[in-house]
Amino acid sequence: MSTSKFKIIAEETIQPLAFNFNSENLARAKKIIKMYPSNFKESSIMPLLSIAQSQNHGWLPKKAIEYVSNFIEVPEIKVLEIATFYSMYNLSPVGKFHIEVCTTTPCMLRGSDSMIDLCKKKFGLKIGEITEDGLFSLGRVECLGACVNAPVVKINENYYEDLDSESLNKLLDSLKMNKKVKVGPQSKRKGSEPVK
Amino acid sequence: MKKENIIFSNLYGKHDESIKGAIKRGDWKDIKKILKLNKQDLINKIKDSGLRGRGGAGFSTGMKWDFMPKISGRQHYLVINADEGEPGTCKDRDIIRNEPHKLVEGCLISGYAIGADKCYIYIRGEFYNEAKILQKAIDDAYERGFLGKNIQGLKINFDIYIHYGSGAYVCGEETALIESLEGKKGQPRLKPPFPANVGVFGKPTTVNNVETIAVVPTIIRRGPEWFSSLGRKNNTGSKIFCISGNVNRPCNVEEELGVPLKYLVQKYAGDVIGGWDNLLAIIPGGSSVPLLPKSECENVLMDFDSLKNAGSGLGTGGIIVMNKQTDVVSAIARLAEFYKHESCGQCTPCREGTGWLMRVMKRLENNECTFEEVQMLEEVTHQIEGHTICALGDAAAWPIQGLLKHFKRDILKRIQKKNVA
Repeated sequence: MSTSKFKIIAEETIQPLAFNFNSENLARAKKIIKMYPSNFKESSIMPLLSIAQSQNHGWLPKKAIEYVSNFIEVPEIKVLEIATFYSMYNLSPVGKFHIEVCTTTPCMLRGSDSMIDLCKKKFGLKIGEITEDGLFSLGRVECLGACVNAPVVKINENYYEDLDSESLNKLLDSLKMNKKVKVGPQSKRKGSEPVK
Repeated sequence: MKKENIIFSNLYGKHDESIKGAIKRGDWKDIKKILKLNKQDLINKIKDSGLRGRGGAGFSTGMKWDFMPKISGRQHYLVINADEGEPGTCKDRDIIRNEPHKLVEGCLISGYAIGADKCYIYIRGEFYNEAKILQKAIDDAYERGFLGKNIQGLKINFDIYIHYGSGAYVCGEETALIESLEGKKGQPRLKPPFPANVGVFGKPTTVNNVETIAVVPTIIRRGPEWFSSLGRKNNTGSKIFCISGNVNRPCNVEEELGVPLKYLVQKYAGDVIGGWDNLLAIIPGGSSVPLLPKSECENVLMDFDSLKNAGSGLGTGGIIVMNKQTDVVSAIARLAEFYKHESCGQCTPCREGTGWLMRVMKRLENNECTFEEVQMLEEVTHQIEGHTICALGDAAAWPIQGLLKHFKRDILKRIQKKNVA
């Protein structure tokens, strides 16, 4: 079970008072519901929560859970159960750039611990914390499934691979300054081919 | 492996992955002719090819398809397991982003063979960009009339939907995946009933791995004899291996089954960092299989039966290399942490056991264990193994069993050294 701090339901003071899908997401949601048999409404919970989370800057407020439950007419507890079971749903705010460092063995063998240390030091963060300016938050995740490009860091929906301290540092600086960054391997290779 | 036998010619994404590029490389060729074949003939062809599931268990794909009820008129489902998350494994990701049409076409042919007209691809939520490429491939296939209603003017309908997972390793287990697809927690089901009888939405379902399905079109086109001429008896065909860890050039590579492990590591991954003699141990099939010490790695062949005989398994083909600068105890302790994190909490031996294993492995890593605790650690792994609904309990137990089988002497020496000091 996930023990991430981002899975703790946020305090009332930061919970927004309302949540509604915007028009684009409303159209997407209606399309998603049609993907599943009409007597299995629960199947839409996961994709709808994902949409809600990305609309709400990477986390799910209580109102979003209530909204999804009303939207597909299933009990709220069923939606909350999904939101707490699956590790990708955050129940409290994350940074504009949510850094998730993979630390499982293949990444660990290639130095993921020093990637974590770098992030901690650079932003003065512990795992599960968010910077005061709300720009960065730091999490540790299990295998991201890009092991031959280790160490790997996921920031929002993108993977950054073949990292070392220098390239990660540069990457984080660029993000901070809103510069365009290269997604994927930060080395010379394109994908998973052996470098010559 | 000969170049003309390679199935995934765009594994590294150096060519165009779009439908135009895929057709140029031979995908979708004569699809109408293939769909005119008898369903049972297709199943028999896959049986004859000897294809075994590429997701880890290595069960005969043709036989799995044959379990599906043959009564027509009932809803059947094909579900693709793209919830790749076994540490050391990253092959499906490359197929999805660089060869998406092999997968989409495989879905159509396999779905037709088992009598399904709907297919769900369950992809892990982290593969957001990969899923976008896959969706584009599906959309393009619809546009060309390869999917949808009355495909190629035949009486065949087929729809493919992508369902995003959301970060649960256990959903790679087929019945947990089905539960998740139904919008529940990913907790495995008791079997029987098997998915072929009662699967997703209560209907007959076949769940196959991405790589398994993506090789189907090539097998049908080039013939089962061609496929079974690759590899070794009972371990036929080629497979994508992922070589990670302490090697000079970590990479993915397609090779015939039965290729020597040493050859793979030296030829493609540029050898172990510090040379072959600096090798400590290799986990040959993703984190869930026991590790092999260097002595075993010298001659072992990479296929289901050889690795089983060597006391490990081919699993997903994720090769994790550890050299002598690695503390093997902390490498395995990290895996124990992984399984603790990913246990779904349904069965007591796994829920409680994985946490216990993690804590004792942490103590072992910090050299705080006594001799008796090492003994107990081994006993506890056997109490978890085989006592849970799904194989996650076994998967948590095996890496530690492998560690104790091959490195117990070193571990005991470490404790002794501390006791003397």
